[in-house]
Parts: sequence; structure tokens; C-alpha cells
Amino acid sequence: MPVFLIRRILTMVLTALCLTFVVFYLTNLPPNLEKLAKSEASSRMSDADVESWIERNGYGRPVLVRYGEWLGLIPGWTRTEDGVTTGRCIGPGQDAAAAPLRCGVLQGDWGFSTVFKQPVSQIIAERLGATGVLMLWVMIVMVPASLLIGVLSGMREGSRLDRGLSVFSIASTATPEYVSGVVLIALFASTSTGLSPWLAEQGWISGKTLFMGTATSALDSGITFWNFSLPVMTIALYGIGYIARMTRASMTEVMTAQYIRTARLKGVSFGNVVMKHALRNALIAPFTVIMLQFPWLLNGVVIVETLFNYKGFGWTLVQAASNNDIELLLACSVVAVFVVLMTQLISDIGYVFLNPRIRVS
Amino acid sequence: MDALSWGQIFGRMAWQFWPVWMALILTFAVSVRFKRRLGLYGKLYDSPVGMIGFGLVMFWVFTALFSGVIMTHDPLTQVSGMKNALPGFPQKGAEGAYYLLGGDNLARDVFSRMVAGSVLVIQIAPMATVFAFMVGITLGLPAGYYGGKLDTGLSFLANLILAFPVILLFYLLVTPEIVQSGLPQYIGVVLFLFPLIFLTVLINSRLYVKPGLRNLLVGLVAVIGGWLYLSLLSSPGTRIDLLPPQADALEMPGNILIVFVSVVFVNAPTVFRIVRGLVLDIKTRDYVAASQTRGEGPWYIMLWEILPNARGPLIVDFCLRIGYTTILLGTLGFFGLGLSPESPDWGSTINAGRRLLSIFVHPAIVPALALMSLVLGLNLLADGLREESLKD
Repeated sequence: MPVFLIRRILTMVLTALCLTFVVFYLTNLPPNLEKLAKSEASSRMSDADVESWIERNGYGRPVLVRYGEWLGLIPGWTRTEDGVTTGRCIGPGQDAAAAPLRCGVLQGDWGFSTVFKQPVSQIIAERLGATGVLMLWVMIVMVPASLLIGVLSGMREGSRLDRGLSVFSIASTATPEYVSGVVLIALFASTSTGLSPWLAEQGWISGKTLFMGTATSALDSGITFWNFSLPVMTIALYGIGYIARMTRASMTEVMTAQYIRTARLKGVSFGNVVMKHALRNALIAPFTVIMLQFPWLLNGVVIVETLFNYKGFGWTLVQAASNNDIELLLACSVVAVFVVLMTQLISDIGYVFLNPRIRVS
Repeated sequence: MDALSWGQIFGRMAWQFWPVWMALILTFAVSVRFKRRLGLYGKLYDSPVGMIGFGLVMFWVFTALFSGVIMTHDPLTQVSGMKNALPGFPQKGAEGAYYLLGGDNLARDVFSRMVAGSVLVIQIAPMATVFAFMVGITLGLPAGYYGGKLDTGLSFLANLILAFPVILLFYLLVTPEIVQSGLPQYIGVVLFLFPLIFLTVLINSRLYVKPGLRNLLVGLVAVIGGWLYLSLLSSPGTRIDLLPPQADALEMPGNILIVFVSVVFVNAPTVFRIVRGLVLDIKTRDYVAASQTRGEGPWYIMLWEILPNARGPLIVDFCLRIGYTTILLGTLGFFGLGLSPESPDWGSTINAGRRLLSIFVHPAIVPALALMSLVLGLNLLADGLREESLKD
């Protein structure tokens, strides 16, 4: 086990290094730097001005060196001009002698966002918190619902209940978030169509709509049923189908096992067999699936936060990417990659603990 | 003129789709008649779920084919007075012309744009999936069969791409600055080579004992395939401008090529993993050992012994993956990446329509439902195929 863990962690670190280098390289391509120079200094700079700005701000040196600086392995650049020393690690108004030699991710310095004009670490922490709340509610809705659907339809394979629930889960996997989000808004949060006008006419809801079409207010004035249901439902819906189908497959397999038949022949009631004998064994496979859903949820989070204008991690990622905010985008990709790799590791380890037949050598 | 009622709208739409109904009825009649002779495809007609799925998919395929007849307006023309028009709204000054599903915020016909959007999807999604499969199979077979360092290296690369959040990858590949540097085209140069390699190896390993025929076929693949390869990649005014315009067989606009490349790039690693897993399982079978004993070459065993026996799961995954590619295309459009903003593809239309969603629902919900029905059809088709292929 420890050898396995160490190997996995080493692969993880290597993967993370490769991925961040790819992101670093792509965001630092010459056209991107030119755009950065024009947005930071002045949009009507001549080509020579752009070049000198890039040179002055330390973007002119080889990519590998700058990647090392960003990591914090190589000392940051310094430059003395007219007796004033500027540098990567020297903040505005800071004494050059007092500044640290290296400043990078390893030193905990994630850089400064050019779009939000704030330290990257502060933005990421704040936005991850917002997304964490969203994810928590998604999990609270998604996991029980999908397990229930999966177990109910896998309990009696081929029954009418199974057919109906299977079609529902296929339909939910066929509906990407940007489609279900639009449909849900049209149904529940539009003043002209769907349920809301009718409900308002009947006097059953006090506001104009049943739910709110944006979740912006959830961050300012707290989460309510009114502003948070639709984003949570939209993300959960896409995942429910997939987890339910996996649960169903595992449940049908367990239900045909010898010990289930034995229990039935002994005279244990069907409900008892399902609850006491089948359920525990059938839930091993879905555990892995649920863990591996996290990277997918990340995708859904980006779409849903854009659609509902909820200023979380996904929204920040889109802002950083569309404005080429290099350091913020790098931090976002580190977080995303970390989430993906960690969930893979946890699902592997968890699988071993849950299923004693598998031993990792 | 009065606006149409919902019954009239649906009646007119059904009428507008007449070539599609004809083609569907013909397809189903012929297929059901000869279903015993059509193999796995014929067996599909024994499963209601598979039949519904196939019907939905073919509906959109035929819609794309006959789009010229079905569309009531030009998808890009703006008609004054039709801005955000409600469904069934009559067009002023033109007798009998209606915006069947209303107008969008630039006064274009939503119905015609939905039909035009299907053309883009049907053009790109299946082809991109075929390319992804070629790449995945050509790399996955040797990785699973040989194992060792090759497997470790390729698997690491595949996991690397899979660890990227898809949207971040799209943003990195499709932004104008990166397109300007030619990177997506260079990826295309590599990815589009794989179908050629695949076909050459496929023919070579089979016809190794008949050099005459083999040389002819491989030569044909190299000439025709090479020409298609060059004309697919080269587009005037970009980094890769190899062919003169007269020799360019396929006119693919630059931005569609980039969307195509990025979708193939995202899909290929998953296919690689599936193929590799299947090969690891199949290579322990007796018939593989038998052909090894016969002295067959490794590529013959991979392509003509292992691959045909892995076809069941691969066909099912192929259907699912076309659906997933459709979703990815929609995602690209939703974030306004790659395709031009006025392009009628479903993702871009949803993105344009969502801004006014709480007041005018129809511009966004029509393409949303279209996309959902196509992906649902593909998933049902895959489910039907899986069920039928398990019955063997």
C-alpha cells in the first residue's frame, strides 16, 4: 500500500507539472503577451513599445526560466534602471533589499490577477468557497436521488418501473447543463411562459416567478430556496442519470448472485433481501463512479455558474481564460487538475477498502 | 394577417418537414422488410428503444440533408419588424410568410436557424468521432498488445489530456490569439495522419502475401488520402497554406477546422483507453494464441483478430460518443468559442438566446430541445444496440 501510494503521488506531481507547463506555455505565447501588454499599458502602443514593455516586465526571457520563477525554483528577475530596482518579487514601493529572492507557488505566492486587481490566492479562496457551497448542495440532492433511482430500477430487472426509470436516466444523461438550465429557467423562472405566470395568477406564489433565473444574489444576501434551486437542480440532473445507471448495473448483478437466491429460498422477504443482503454489496461500484463524477461536476459548474451568473470558481475560470489573465488562469488550472487527480486517487483507495477481494500490491 | 395558433404552427412545421417523413417511412419500411438479412442493424428493429433512438437520429440526419427544402427563411437574413417575434407571427408585406417559431433578438427566423444548425452538427459530429476512433484505435491497439514502456508512455499522455477540464482546454486551444499562432492546425497535422496510417496498416497487414494488390491499394490510399489530408488542412491565409486553391478539394472554413480538431483532440484519449482495455482482455484468448503460433505478424493479429472481436462495445461507444461530441460542440458554441457569432449552430444560438431568457423563451429553447432530442436519440440507439448485441 505505501509503495502504491508513493507511486501514485509521484505520477500525480509529474502530471500536474506537465499540465501547468502546457497552460503556462499556451498563455505565454507571443500573441497573448502582446494582448497583455496592450491591455496593461495602453491599447495604442506601437510594436516597438510592446516589445520593450514585454522586455521590461520580465516576459522576454525563455519560457522555461519564467516557468521556474512561477514555480519558485528560480530566483525572480530583477532590473535596475535609473537607480531604481524593480523585479518580480519586489512589490510597488517595496525596498529591493527587503524583497525575497524567490517568489512562486512553492513560496505560497500565486501572483496578481490582472483582471480583478487582487492577489490570486485571495480570489481563488473566495470563489472556491462559493463553489464549495454549490457543490455541497448538488451532492446532497444528487447522491441520494441517483442511488434511490438506481436501486429501485435494478431491484427487479425488466419490470415496468425499471423501464421507466431507465428511460429517465438516459434522458438526463442526454441533457447537457446548458440545455437543462435553459429548459428549467423557461419552466420555472420566466415571467411569460411555464409555471410561474399560472402560479402567480392563482396567488400561490408571492413573487413574479417560482424560482429565480440568476443566482447572483445567493452570494450577497444568502442562499434561499428561491435563488439556489435551479442551479443545483441543473448540475444534479446531468449526474443523476449516469450514477443511477451504474448503480442499476451493479444492483442487477448482485440480485442474480447465489447468496440472494439462497436468502430468498430460505424465505426472507423481498424487501429484507434488498435492504440487508443486496444493498451493501451493490453500492461499492457507485462509490467509484460518484468520486469520478467530481471532474465532470467541475465542467458542469463552469457552465452553470456562467448561465446563472454565480460568481464562483467556474465563473472565475471563464473570466480568466477569456481575458488571458495568466496567473489567475494558472492557479485555476492547478486547482482543477488537483481536484481531478485527487478524486482518482481517493476512488482507487476507497475501492480497495470497500472491496476486500481487490488487493493493491 | 393574424398570428398562427399553436395547432396551426405544428401543422405547418409538420408540413415543412415532409421530405424527412418520406425518407423516414422509406428507411423504416425497407429495413423492417429485410431485417433478418441486415445483421446487427436489422436486430435493432426488434427493440422498441433502439427503434425510437434510430428514428430520432435519422430525423436529424434527413433534416440536415433536406435543409434547403425545409427552411422557410434564410438563417442569416434579418427581417425588419420581426425582432423577438412570438411563434407564429406573420411577416409584414409578405403574404403567407410566418416565423413559425418566432424571431430572435436580431430578427432572424428561429425555425430556419434550428434547421440550419442541424447541418453543422451532422457534418461535424460523426466525422469528428470517426477521426477520434481512428486515433484511439491506432494508438490503443499497440499500447494494449505490446504493453511495456510504449503503454506507460501513451497512457500517461492520455491521462494528461483527460485530467484537463474540457472547457479550459477549449479556451486554451480556440482563442483567437492561439489560433493565430497556428497551434490547432499543427495538432490537426498530427491527428489527421492517423486515418491514413490506420488504413495503410490495415491493408498492408491483410494483403501482405499479395504484393501486387497491396501496392495498388496502399498507393490509392496514399494518393487519395494524401490529397484529402492536404486539402482538409490547408486553408489560405493561415500558417498552413500548402495547396493552390484550384487543387483544394474540401473547402472547410478555418474556424470549423479548428473546432473539428479540438473536438477530436478531446475525444481521442477516451477512445484510446477503451480500446486499450478491450485489447488487454482479448489478447489472452485462444484464437490470438493460435494466430501467434501460425506466425502471423503483430499488426495482423491486432487489426484482423482482436479488433473485429472488440466491435460490439466499440459500436455502442461510437453512438454514445457522437452524442457526447454534439454536447461538446454545443459547449463550444455556448461559450462563443471557435464558431462565428452569427453561425446558426445550436450552442451559439442558445448562448445568444439566454440573455433574454426570462422574457423571450423561444430563441433559446428551440435549439436546446433540438440538441437534447438528437443526443437522446443517440443514447437510446446505443442502449438498443447494447441490448441486442448482448443477446448473441
